[in-house]
Amino acid sequence: MKLNRENKLLIGLCTAAAILIAKLFSIQILDETYKLDANNNSMVYSTIYPTRGIINDRNGNILVGNKVAYDLMVTPKEVEEFDTTLLAKVLGVSPEFIHEKMQDYHKNRKRIGWQSVVMIKQMPQEIYMKFAETAYRFPGFRGQARSIREYPFNAGGNLLGYVSEVDASYLKRHPDEYKSGDYAGKTGIEAAREKELRGEKGYNIMLRDSRNKIMSRYNNGEEDKEAIPGKDITTTIDAGLQHYGQMLMNNKVGSLVAIEPSTGEILTMVSSPGIDVEMLADIGRHYGEISTDPYKPMFNRAVQAPYPPGSVFKLVNGLIGLQEGVVSTNTHYPCSMGYKFGKNKLGCHAHKSPLSFEESIMMSCNAYYCYILRDLLENKKYASIAEATDKWKEYVQSFGFGQKLGSDFPSELGGFIPDSKYYNKVYGKGGWKATTVISLSIGQGEIGCTPLHLANLCATIANRGFYYIPHIIKDSEHVAIDPKYKEKHYTMVDTTHFPKVIGGMYRAVNSGFGSGGTASIAAVEGLDICGKTGTAQNPHGHDHSVFICFAPKDNPKIAVAAYVENGGFGASYAAPIASLLTEMYLNGEISQKRKSLEQRMLEADLMDRVKVR
Amino acid sequence: MRDAGGHRGRGLVRTIDWSLVICWLVMILIGWANIYASVHSSDPSSIFDFSSRSGKQFVWMITAMGIALLILFVIPPRIYEGFSLPIYVLVIGLLVSVIFLGIEVKGSRSWFAFGPIRFQPAEISKIATSLLLATYMSQLGYRIGRMKDFLITAMIILLPMMIIVLQSETGSALVYVGFIFMLYREGLSGWLIFMIGMAILLFILTLTASPYIAILTLIAVASLCICLYSGRARWWIFIGIPLITLFAFLPEIMERIIQATVAPDVLDALSEGTEGVEVPFIMKVKPLYILLGFTGISLPFAAFQAFRERNTFTHLAIISLIAGVMLVFSADFIFNVVLQDHQRKRIEVLLGMKEDPSGVGYNVRQSMIAIGSGGAFGKGYLNGTQTTYGFVPEQSTDFIFCTIGEEWGFMGSAAVILLYVFLIWKIIKNAEKSREAFTRIYGYCVACCIFMHLFINIGMTIGLMPVIGIPLPFISYGGSSLWGFTAMLFIFIALNRNERKYF
Repeated sequence: MKLNRENKLLIGLCTAAAILIAKLFSIQILDETYKLDANNNSMVYSTIYPTRGIINDRNGNILVGNKVAYDLMVTPKEVEEFDTTLLAKVLGVSPEFIHEKMQDYHKNRKRIGWQSVVMIKQMPQEIYMKFAETAYRFPGFRGQARSIREYPFNAGGNLLGYVSEVDASYLKRHPDEYKSGDYAGKTGIEAAREKELRGEKGYNIMLRDSRNKIMSRYNNGEEDKEAIPGKDITTTIDAGLQHYGQMLMNNKVGSLVAIEPSTGEILTMVSSPGIDVEMLADIGRHYGEISTDPYKPMFNRAVQAPYPPGSVFKLVNGLIGLQEGVVSTNTHYPCSMGYKFGKNKLGCHAHKSPLSFEESIMMSCNAYYCYILRDLLENKKYASIAEATDKWKEYVQSFGFGQKLGSDFPSELGGFIPDSKYYNKVYGKGGWKATTVISLSIGQGEIGCTPLHLANLCATIANRGFYYIPHIIKDSEHVAIDPKYKEKHYTMVDTTHFPKVIGGMYRAVNSGFGSGGTASIAAVEGLDICGKTGTAQNPHGHDHSVFICFAPKDNPKIAVAAYVENGGFGASYAAPIASLLTEMYLNGEISQKRKSLEQRMLEADLMDRVKVR
Repeated sequence: MRDAGGHRGRGLVRTIDWSLVICWLVMILIGWANIYASVHSSDPSSIFDFSSRSGKQFVWMITAMGIALLILFVIPPRIYEGFSLPIYVLVIGLLVSVIFLGIEVKGSRSWFAFGPIRFQPAEISKIATSLLLATYMSQLGYRIGRMKDFLITAMIILLPMMIIVLQSETGSALVYVGFIFMLYREGLSGWLIFMIGMAILLFILTLTASPYIAILTLIAVASLCICLYSGRARWWIFIGIPLITLFAFLPEIMERIIQATVAPDVLDALSEGTEGVEVPFIMKVKPLYILLGFTGISLPFAAFQAFRERNTFTHLAIISLIAGVMLVFSADFIFNVVLQDHQRKRIEVLLGMKEDPSGVGYNVRQSMIAIGSGGAFGKGYLNGTQTTYGFVPEQSTDFIFCTIGEEWGFMGSAAVILLYVFLIWKIIKNAEKSREAFTRIYGYCVACCIFMHLFINIGMTIGLMPVIGIPLPFISYGGSSLWGFTAMLFIFIALNRNERKYF
């Protein structure tokens, strides 16, 4: 081919066409971003929210269900002239509210375009019904159904937990699972089983035009995804019992935990004061009120409060003493209103002296356990008091204390059990001896444990030496639980020693008034309740009332721990409350004889005693 | 043998270039189908519904076919040569009167309105210009190299161009630049095209990079040309390249020297614009001054050398170089004062000088999204999400290629481009084969116009060109454009056929 001007021009033509085609190739085939941009332009994913799984109690009663509420949606572009006053009346809001909203939409009309926006969240059914009757007069307004939580039982907000819209920090922690606008369980059971309960979101893909108006389904809905409803879960909670416990703890600060010893299943878990279930469904509206409440209703005392256990802890020291051989059932110690060491004295109350091992539990003698702890820490078996203390801690930990039990309930805390390292730090190495830490013997001093720990101790004793990790979710068809909840955890104390302690606990409750037994008030005919009182000293005010008990003595069905802040003696509030709960669980009712006690407990109001900061 | 027109000669079937006719038919059908695709969602009616654009386009197509038949069979091709001047004068008259009598559409006065029918004289002025060019340039003794002939030729092109610019239809005026390819074919020096290309390059470099870079590029090109022409290519390689490289790094080197020698507090004071601080000498010396000084000193030597060798080329090159430097210094002025606001914005967006995804850039961005999302095979006819739901503006007229790109993908859009290449190629080939200069020149004019429309329009939709609102020939919606291009093409087919009839 000659390179004449004709051909040069033809080459130029082909070059120009090649440039166009090359650019087309690059944007249509090589570059994927335009396809994404096109989808962003034209596709709207309208999310279908799944219904959340239902939370059942152990007997198949619904603890947390779903009900329908309506969001009032507005499509500002479709709104025509309407009677503001009438709409305000129907919706139960002020006309100014509607005016303001409409002005706001007008200001943002560019951004909103043809989209719908939420005007009022979660209208109750009654209001929606009223609106629906007159809806034809308000074009552009419509109700959008959405499922919200419903609570048939007052089972306690801390136990159930609440569901709320995810915030920025939550999104950061779960980057791929949630999107802004989603809801998630934040506390309690809702949070513990969020994965099962939430289900899977679905979506409809819609096509919109350049003005944001929805035009049609994309691909006839073939690419749409159905929402998968959340799985129903069964908890170990007994709804009736939980409700009753909630009533007993009304107007008291503290906690009430009941466990089925043979499985480790938590039957009841009350933290008082708690979040009222009425507020739970619409937590957003009440959040400010709840979080500024001086009694801290959001604080789940059952698993988070590190309380001194008080005399209840004597059971642990007694068992360790038996195991270490520093005490036997026949050991008698004298007590003259306390235990003297040097110039100091750890006081005790009036009871007969000397006492046997069982009697020491029955009457809750302080001196007896000072002897035991001293013998434990000064045991010649161990090279030093430090070694003996650490051994003691090891024993205590084998009961689950001083660490998270590993329950499936979220935000559980571990409490605290001191060791030699801790005391070395406080008193200096060699600067302390058994008498320095003598208050450990009666569950005072540095020990901190949660009501769940105490309930677990009670279950361990009821089981004669082992426990299952307390848990709140039951194995069910759809939701499997961690196998660790089916493993027995033995303490370092031989099972043979437990009946000796149980003997003392039985006598503490069932010896009758005047016998010296500290928990006679907890006795229920025919139930063989075994219990131990505690009175945790409180330098800031009234002592805390503590009680653990299980029943029946043989083949126990329930183990309870009650902790009533500022309740005074263990027998004043904790023992009646725990025993009433036990009676209700085992008998289904409160006997006529104990009705007045029940009445007194239900009505008691200790809130004034509680110092709030 | 007699045919319908009463002319002697060979018959219709053998004399008409059917490939051009079929090509034309395919294009208007593609246009019609895609116009329907671009409007059917907002206006879901039949493709024949006369209230919608696809229905109207159908009317334009039928009438365009009438025009084609008229040109082929009724109008004797011989008359074009004789009537070209009156036609030209008439069209110029229309172009001028539309400024005063026309209606304003999107800021430009280029449309006549007769009731519902609108008509844009600029569409037929291309034909008139082409015919007059063909007539004038096919005269015996015409030589483009002769100053008088060249100036008259330039006048014929520039007159309608300038009137169209006055109508604020700069885009349509730009098409006339395409006649330069025809002039090149007819003997115009290639240097002219080269210089226009250089001017555009310098303009863009000045705006996007800096005047320094633009002038350095200019000097590099000019010195290369001089050395090549006077057979001193080695000089350029051994002296030119090192010098140019040195100058390329000069600004960087100067910056380093300033950083090293001037006290930091003086630099701070200067950058904050504090008054009363004396500017150090080294900072007063700009790299640009050094470059210009160096060039200023070496130019007389080159000129003297050229004078001794009687080398006019070097003189011309030196003059061009000086003109280029002046262009660089006036680029800012041209850009900011001569160009209109919207034109400036379009160029700024195209050159990436300003990010503007929602303003002027929005059209191009949306257009590229539509085309880019088409992928290899497209989303299928009537299934485009971008063009169907109005994300692309002007999608049945100037941005019709988006619909093709989105719904037919790379395959479809490349096929359309290749169809145009075939059409233009065929026109050029036929023009070259013709024995009459008139037919050849007219053919080249047609090819140039279609080419300019093709390249500017598609280039605009895929972000290669600034947004210049001109239609895609035969495909875009619009009666004026379809009639204009149909008439233009069929006059060529008729001229071509007329020749074949007798030889």
